[in-house]
Amino acid sequence: MEQLVASALLLSGTFFMFVASLGIVRMPDVYLRMSCTSKAATLGAGCLLGAVAVAAEHAGVAGRALATILFLLLTAPVAAHLLGRAAYRLGVPLWSGSCCDELRGAYSEGGVLEGRTAPRSHTSPSSPMSQHGV
Amino acid sequence: MTATIALWIALPVLGVSMLLALFRLVRGPSFPDRVVALDLLTTMGVGIIAAVVLAWDQPVLLDVATVLALTSFLATIAFAKYVERGLRVWNNS
Repeated sequence: MEQLVASALLLSGTFFMFVASLGIVRMPDVYLRMSCTSKAATLGAGCLLGAVAVAAEHAGVAGRALATILFLLLTAPVAAHLLGRAAYRLGVPLWSGSCCDELRGAYSEGGVLEGRTAPRSHTSPSSPMSQHGV
Repeated sequence: MTATIALWIALPVLGVSMLLALFRLVRGPSFPDRVVALDLLTTMGVGIIAAVVLAWDQPVLLDVATVLALTSFLATIAFAKYVERGLRVWNNS
């Protein structure tokens, strides 16, 4: 019974991991790609660690697996939020099929939306920002 | 027995997924694309370590999974901080 549950969790985790990797290859935009990695990959890793927790013989092993799941669930949204904000402030363009951009104009002080034309004129080639074409 | 069959299916599929994420890491047009791909690669590393724990029956490797998740989180935070501080310096200059 435990073996069956662990196998089902293992296969579903593998499926979600594969969906996440398909998403990061096929999606047209960094924000859509991030949506794949932050949700599907977290669910996949959670399922795989859950398989370990189900199949474990000792409670300590299951506890460590559950602690890792909890840590992933806590940190993945924070990391995705910070990464998305950094990408937006860096000026990475949205997909041309995106319906709306609700953050337009929100980062006018420290971001790049309003100051995008002025600082671009005098960036040096050694600037860390210049290597990704902003 | 079922666990063995599931592992024979799971480990190659996880390897192929890691190769696909590696494609985005090499190809990615912008810098955050690469960081997203690296984040996905480490999350997949956590999942693969979990599968290896089942395959080899080595629960010690779970500590490696925890440390890998921690390192990936810290790397993403450091990247975001680096970008935002770079923007501030860049706009004030």
